[in-house]
Amino acid sequence: MVTQSGGSQLLSMRGIIKHFPGAKALDGVDLDIRAGEVHCLLGQNGAGKSTLIKVLSGAHQPTDGEILWKGDPVSIPTTMAALRLGIATMYQELDVVDGLSVAENVFLGHELSSGGVLHRATALERTRELLKRLGHPEIPAQREVGRLSAAGKQIVSMARALSHEAQLIIMDEPSAVLDPEEVENLFRVVHSLRDQGVAVVYISHRLEEIRRIGDRITVLKDGRTVATSLEVADTPTRELISLMTGHEVTTNFGGEASGALSDEPLLEVDGLSIEGVFEPVSFVVRPGEVVGLAGLVGAGRSEILETVYGARRATAGEVRVKGKKLRRGSIDDAVSHGIGLAPEERKSQGLLLDEPIYRNITLSTFARFARSGLLNERAEKAAAQEQAESLHLSPANVQRNIRTLSGGNQQKAMLARWLVHGCEVLLLDEPTRGVDVGARAEIYALVRALSRQGTAVLMVSSEIEEVLGLADRVLVVADGRVVHTGPSEDIDEHQVLDLVMEGAHR
Amino acid sequence: MSETTATDSATETPRRDLSPDEDKPTKTATGSKLSLGHSLGLILALGALIVLGIITGGDRFLSVDNLMVILQQAAVIGVISIGVTFVITSGGIDLSVGSVMGLATIWATTLGTQAIAMDVHWSIMVFTAVGVGAAAGLLNGVIIAYGRVVPFIATLAMLVAARGFAELISGRQTQIITVPGFTSAFRRDILGIPVIVWMFLLVAVAAWFLLNRTTFGRRTIAVGGNPEAARLAGIKVKRHLVMVYALAGLCAGIGAVMMLSRTTSGSSTHGYLYELDAIAAVVVGGTLLAGGRGTIFGTVLGVLVFQVLRNVFVQNNLDSSVQALVTGAIIVGAVLLQQRFSSHSKT
Repeated sequence: MVTQSGGSQLLSMRGIIKHFPGAKALDGVDLDIRAGEVHCLLGQNGAGKSTLIKVLSGAHQPTDGEILWKGDPVSIPTTMAALRLGIATMYQELDVVDGLSVAENVFLGHELSSGGVLHRATALERTRELLKRLGHPEIPAQREVGRLSAAGKQIVSMARALSHEAQLIIMDEPSAVLDPEEVENLFRVVHSLRDQGVAVVYISHRLEEIRRIGDRITVLKDGRTVATSLEVADTPTRELISLMTGHEVTTNFGGEASGALSDEPLLEVDGLSIEGVFEPVSFVVRPGEVVGLAGLVGAGRSEILETVYGARRATAGEVRVKGKKLRRGSIDDAVSHGIGLAPEERKSQGLLLDEPIYRNITLSTFARFARSGLLNERAEKAAAQEQAESLHLSPANVQRNIRTLSGGNQQKAMLARWLVHGCEVLLLDEPTRGVDVGARAEIYALVRALSRQGTAVLMVSSEIEEVLGLADRVLVVADGRVVHTGPSEDIDEHQVLDLVMEGAHR
Repeated sequence: MSETTATDSATETPRRDLSPDEDKPTKTATGSKLSLGHSLGLILALGALIVLGIITGGDRFLSVDNLMVILQQAAVIGVISIGVTFVITSGGIDLSVGSVMGLATIWATTLGTQAIAMDVHWSIMVFTAVGVGAAAGLLNGVIIAYGRVVPFIATLAMLVAARGFAELISGRQTQIITVPGFTSAFRRDILGIPVIVWMFLLVAVAAWFLLNRTTFGRRTIAVGGNPEAARLAGIKVKRHLVMVYALAGLCAGIGAVMMLSRTTSGSSTHGYLYELDAIAAVVVGGTLLAGGRGTIFGTVLGVLVFQVLRNVFVQNNLDSSVQALVTGAIIVGAVLLQQRFSSHSKT
């Protein structure tokens, strides 16, 4: 067993590059992990953390670069190979099987057996040892995992990592699903792992946590390492924030905002809330205005947007469009009053991937092109074609399958859907997720152009720069609460991040 | 999370550059390409079976009488399969169609129903059968859409319950049709072709139209392809699902009418295991079991393939166990083929 902090070099990644066709997910990442340290990985959404984890866990192969394990160059072709080396990963979505017992989960995939017969007693015994090592002897090894809390499942996942004799455990935002007491407990477990010589790569958005638990920090931005092996104790939070945000890429947000074209609000949200999800929120969006919801993933921004749209049923408050109150929980009502939503997960929530582009564009409006139920596909295609051309959709042939389009063009098709509908209130959830830089500028310009024509836009984005650049007004959401409201020019990225981090750690 | 989405879309971008021929504005945009290629395979298979029939059976196989037997057998299972095609396209499954058909034949031939039919009009029996089918389907749909019971379980329950109900009503007795109007209306030929074959044709054409040319069909495909996207686009998914299952029940009711005319009796054993034949025909026909893509033409071809196969075996006095074996092989082969085609269509 290796001694704690200042231990020997366990893992080195040098110049890791990962290309996906058409996109560079990683563009030169360096990472050094010592045995027995808690190494924090920081970066905004899209910085490349997830891809890096996947490279380390054997799920992705790097295009270029070198991985050294205890000084020897290695390749990690499969997840099993990673486990064999001693690298275990705890994903955000915990990969435990609810229907199996704790012990069965711990030894899942490497069951203790001889000749196909399971050694149940040995497995139980070893599971109890592992749980004890993690400071949780109270979890019954025979308990069905589905009956454990999220925190309990995490412990099971860690026990599984230890059962593989893991020397490096990667934890992807482990605190995201935990309440404050459980976080404290998680920290105790992480510390005890560290003291046993296990290295932990800890990923979190919450700077407060990193300050408490981390030994060293590596910061990623835009697929590159911008700072590596910073000592947590010596690095001020401000410096970390500016490393994370940086301003290397300047983005064109499509010119000046038009601002409100009229004082009469188009969309009014009044005391809207869902108990236990987000607290009452009130705001108005006027024609021509862009209002942005900033905050962390899971803070409640998307939930607010979906509730305005009726995709979730509010428990209190109301939404009005041009003064008319919408029925709670009725998408139909929202759509017929001129609200449109471009959802966060375009592929799973927005598109029919096996259908042609035009059918995706007219998904909300095809009934208009029908007389007593009979579709007039010619008129339907023409309407879709017209929008496709005005948005410079590429390819412009709307008969083609939407699956073949790039992320940016798929997003344009989503917007085209609401343009055909003629909606006046547009809700955009992460409008540029999975969209490359060039297409981003086009989407921004499109949003601007729509707002100049009097559309009211309410958007959610995890990229603070985008919210500040595009929106006239910003609502900062943390932990289901709006913690700040104001014009976007009165606040900068650092202040937003400060608000978000404070709010998230209550 | 965001990285994964980025890569997903990114990996698909360059593929379109590799296949520039896709830019041609052909009418076969996506789904139809699959069904055309797939249908071609089925037509070839059907042709091969017919050749086999001619070789082994000669004139006996080719005789008009024999062909009409094949078509009449195909008609009942065909109409049921068409209903199931809608359900599977919507992303669901209906295991209850066979026993719902059985229940409908019983209900339409009770002494009471027949007495009314005798007094008023024979079509009372038709409306009863179709109404019972549609009502059972409606109940399936409500339980699935609003009760949030998975379709497999909800329709499995209906399968068992409808059969039991039919036995209860009939006391497990076969109920002979005594209304002369009914039998004379259905047990005859028009232009040399039996009425129930015409009914099959009519239902198939109407169903093709419904699936491909109406808002109902478009909603069915959308709900099956991506229910969440359909919901967020403002489609009333639950209400639509209820209608889809009701439609499948209605088709089972029409199947019941055809069965009554073929057998001149109602029986609680009518339609036994038809749900499996129907699902096999639908899937072999090229409708995706996962939903989002359906083909009526394929279903009709699938039904014909199985019926011709059966006929060839019967004509040659071959073992029906071997027929079952071959049927199994055809199902697997067709689905393997389908997977190859659908992976092509994604490029």
